[in-house]
Amino acid sequence: MKNRVDFSAAVENEMQLSLPSLSVNEGMARAAVAAFCAQLNPTALELADIKCAVSEAVTNCIVHAYRETVGEILLCVKLCEGRLIQIEVRDRGCGIADVKQAREPLFTTDAENERSGMGFTVMENFCDELRVRSRLGKGTTVTLLKRLHK
Amino acid sequence: MIRSGGQVVYETKGDTLVIRVGGEIDHHSAVAVRAGIDEQILEARPGRVLLELSRVDFMDSSGLGLIMGRFALVSKYGGKFAVLDPSPAVLKILRLAGMDRMITVLKTKDKKKGNEHL
Repeated sequence: MKNRVDFSAAVENEMQLSLPSLSVNEGMARAAVAAFCAQLNPTALELADIKCAVSEAVTNCIVHAYRETVGEILLCVKLCEGRLIQIEVRDRGCGIADVKQAREPLFTTDAENERSGMGFTVMENFCDELRVRSRLGKGTTVTLLKRLHK
Repeated sequence: MIRSGGQVVYETKGDTLVIRVGGEIDHHSAVAVRAGIDEQILEARPGRVLLELSRVDFMDSSGLGLIMGRFALVSKYGGKFAVLDPSPAVLKILRLAGMDRMITVLKTKDKKKGNEHL
């Protein structure tokens, strides 16, 4: 069991990025977040974890939230005191009917397109904490917390 | 014989098709990679398919779907499938998903597992 991360840590720097939910933007999204986080001198492993978690969250927006359409994906990255990184990935898509079920390993609603159902599991394991807030028809906000080494 | 398509190189050695994938595997890139690989596999129906991933420097869970799908495709016609020389990034996510226990993972130098001819 991981220690819970303090969401109220003071913000020292932040950025926002808005992208249309086109799959070609997946690489851009993770690269932009990684470039911003690089100012904290993370290890290569920490940076790889962040890129992978962001890629999963953004892919979920493209594949699930905006399945038949293109909508806005908003990324908010906050660098907080104590070398804590908070990354929010927000969409205004279809929402998730059952968040608990969606977070179960191997659960997918898109098996025919070879979705592995491991997206949330990857996010959980590559970060220190994952929060998912969702409302049907309104959208989903995924918050990733990653504490860097001292 | 060696053929190339984007970040993917295909090499036939007897009844073995070696597919070498490099770069980044995400949901976006997986679509084209998958289509190219399936075309090669279905055309030749090789007895063994090795997916070589040593030059993959990024892979998210879309890569897991790509690997599982090719494993299923090859198994369906009775062929053998293995992942060859996964990079650290690939191995980490394979282990997280437990796929290293479901699919054969080989290393080029691992002669005990019978791939010394590679």
